[in-house]
Amino acid sequence: MSATAPDETPRVAERPNYLNTGYGVKSWLLTIDHKRIAILYLIGVTFFFAIGGLYAAAIRLELLTPAGDVFQSETYNKLFTTHGVMMVFFFMIPGIPGVLGNFLIPLMIGAKDVAFPRLNLLSWYLYIIGGLLALWATVHGGVDTGWTFYTPYSTVYSNGWVVVTGVGVFISGFSSILTGLNFLVTLHTMRAPGMGWTRMPLFCWSMYATAIIQILGTPVIAITLLLLVAERVFHLGVFDPAQGGDPVLFQHLFWFYSHPAVYIMILPAMGVISELVTAFARKPIFGYKFIAASSVAIATLSFLVWGHHMFVSGQSVYAGLVFSILSFMVGVPSAIKVFNWTATLYKGSVSYQTPLLYAIGFIGLFTFGGLTGLMLAALGLDIHVHDTYFIVAHFHYIMVGGTIMAYLGGLHYWWPKISGRLYPEYWSRVSAWVIFIGFNLTFFPQFIVGYLGMPRRYHAYPEEFQVLNVMSTAGASILGIGYVIPLVYFAWSMRYGKRAADNPWGATGLEWETPSPPPTENFAVTPTVTGRPYDYLTGREEAAAG
Amino acid sequence: MGAHAAAHAGGHDSPPELRHHFVDLPAQREASTLGMWAFLVTEVLFFGGMFTAYVIYRATYRTAFEGASNLLDIKLGAFNTAVLIMSSLTMALAVWASSLGRKNLIILFLILTILLGGIFLGVKVIEYKQKFEHHEVPGPHFVVPLNEKTHQPLPPQSEMFFSLYFCMTGLHALHMIIGIGLLTWLIVKARRGAFTTRYNTPVDMVGLYWHFVDVVWIFLFPLLYLLGRHTL
Repeated sequence: MSATAPDETPRVAERPNYLNTGYGVKSWLLTIDHKRIAILYLIGVTFFFAIGGLYAAAIRLELLTPAGDVFQSETYNKLFTTHGVMMVFFFMIPGIPGVLGNFLIPLMIGAKDVAFPRLNLLSWYLYIIGGLLALWATVHGGVDTGWTFYTPYSTVYSNGWVVVTGVGVFISGFSSILTGLNFLVTLHTMRAPGMGWTRMPLFCWSMYATAIIQILGTPVIAITLLLLVAERVFHLGVFDPAQGGDPVLFQHLFWFYSHPAVYIMILPAMGVISELVTAFARKPIFGYKFIAASSVAIATLSFLVWGHHMFVSGQSVYAGLVFSILSFMVGVPSAIKVFNWTATLYKGSVSYQTPLLYAIGFIGLFTFGGLTGLMLAALGLDIHVHDTYFIVAHFHYIMVGGTIMAYLGGLHYWWPKISGRLYPEYWSRVSAWVIFIGFNLTFFPQFIVGYLGMPRRYHAYPEEFQVLNVMSTAGASILGIGYVIPLVYFAWSMRYGKRAADNPWGATGLEWETPSPPPTENFAVTPTVTGRPYDYLTGREEAAAG
Repeated sequence: MGAHAAAHAGGHDSPPELRHHFVDLPAQREASTLGMWAFLVTEVLFFGGMFTAYVIYRATYRTAFEGASNLLDIKLGAFNTAVLIMSSLTMALAVWASSLGRKNLIILFLILTILLGGIFLGVKVIEYKQKFEHHEVPGPHFVVPLNEKTHQPLPPQSEMFFSLYFCMTGLHALHMIIGIGLLTWLIVKARRGAFTTRYNTPVDMVGLYWHFVDVVWIFLFPLLYLLGRHTL
């Protein structure tokens, strides 16, 4: 159990593992091994993240100066639409579930694979097909509706490739549904003997809550996009006021999925943080049951708050009132998690290795994003900052400061398991700091500029906002460099990194009890679980035992 | 299907239907069943979006919707309802036969189910054709229909009734077509003797799907054809 000890015994031949069982293209593209599918997702997710990032760079470039000088307004509309579509549907939603969920769920519960391996591969193909369709639409002229596709602009007036993009998102929606379904069934039926629900790792709990949202929410956006496409092609009139349709109905249906969808993005991230905090505090997690239950509570509440996106859309005042109160309630389970993570760190033997740096960054930034979310849940304040950069800053604190921090933290934590190699610790710490600084410099000024009244989705702005926008663009450049560094050293480590031990962090959990990288069937013998998770000895217990 | 996975199966006495990553057949069946039910939940929500739209607009444009509803052929609709309920019976019998492992009986009931499904779709084609001929298909050729009793034109939102009618019944028909494809796949498997007293999960799962599609129609029929029919 020695921490970070490299492999002492040099090996003549590599042990058989999931990476060296086959090398051909076919062995990857037709694989049904959840670990290889996770790698496929890693490639896809990184690709679409890079595309979305390039569009973000273009947006920040335009906003460097107050005049709309680099891009025309319509081009700018297409830039932020593509940035949103790529990041939301093809990076955030499939990100942690596709990569870490796929790799870890069977390992964490002591199973050989997910319940439906071929369905799992189909999910990946649907995701890639959907993503490439949306990319095709972008290359051939783009879409300018915003990622929200609001009607009747998207159905009647827009000249962009709304139908192709809509179909792309529709197809990748099925990927999300099938992934959620697969994980739900896996967690229900494939846990190792002895692993009751209260012995399940918290990452699995959060993926379970995510699966519920994917199953209950995604079909609604699927049918909504289908109606949108049909409306644009056949002029159905369901969302067109000229024919008696109601555009607000579209918004209701859209946000009935798309609000829960932000919890599809954040819940897996919270699961990752729970794992990281306890592993690097060397302490059993504080309030296991509360953290597990709060995941399910967030999933439940997520379906009751969609109306807070429509405070100024002509929704009834009383509905707004109820949605406002319910939105405040989401703060309760979220705060439970933050307090429990903090309490876990309190008096722990904390070692500030890279994954924990990301985790601590997450806790701070998520708290910031969450508290500004409460401001937005207040009816009066929301009317002031609605559609300004304040809201842009708020959800980037959750999505980028929260989800991407957790995703990178998780990737660093489980990378030795995934690749069997160690990455350079020095550079990984540098990148964690660069990302944290770059992120705050990008998005904190946006809170201020938004509160002062700068609206989102315009390519020109009054001159008094320039200083804050220059800060934001400078931060984005730093952030971009921060994202490139891990890409380089992860790629480097796959060939040149030191070989990782089976349990380089000395962490608990079944995934650390199998070799790094794991063999195709995960475990030589199906493990039996006899105790609670996160069974770290606390300092006092250690003293008593020693 | 099962043949490839069987090669990976671990123990020397494990049955050929058992996939390598399950402990035993009951565990595999439990996973399939839960997966199918979860899938049906997603289907409920998928149709649910359109039912929501229908309910809202029916409440908003009541006269238009009731008037347009009167133009649907209630006799064909009722006949189709009976056909689908019959097909649910034959499907249930196919599941029963598969649990006994009786190959010929399984195939017989599956063929009967396909035939009944085919009749349903045939009648649907007749209904759609009538709508085309009467210019009741939404779009540029739509002509606002007349109230059957007063012979006054219906409100223009009657077009939206037909929009939703075609979307909802169209999506339902698409599910029927997929169902018929699945039944054909089952027949191919059954002919090879894949279903035994020990293993009939695919028949059971397709059965659940088929019943679900029938239940959707049980909601569509009163909602589209019957509701408010006599108030005019």
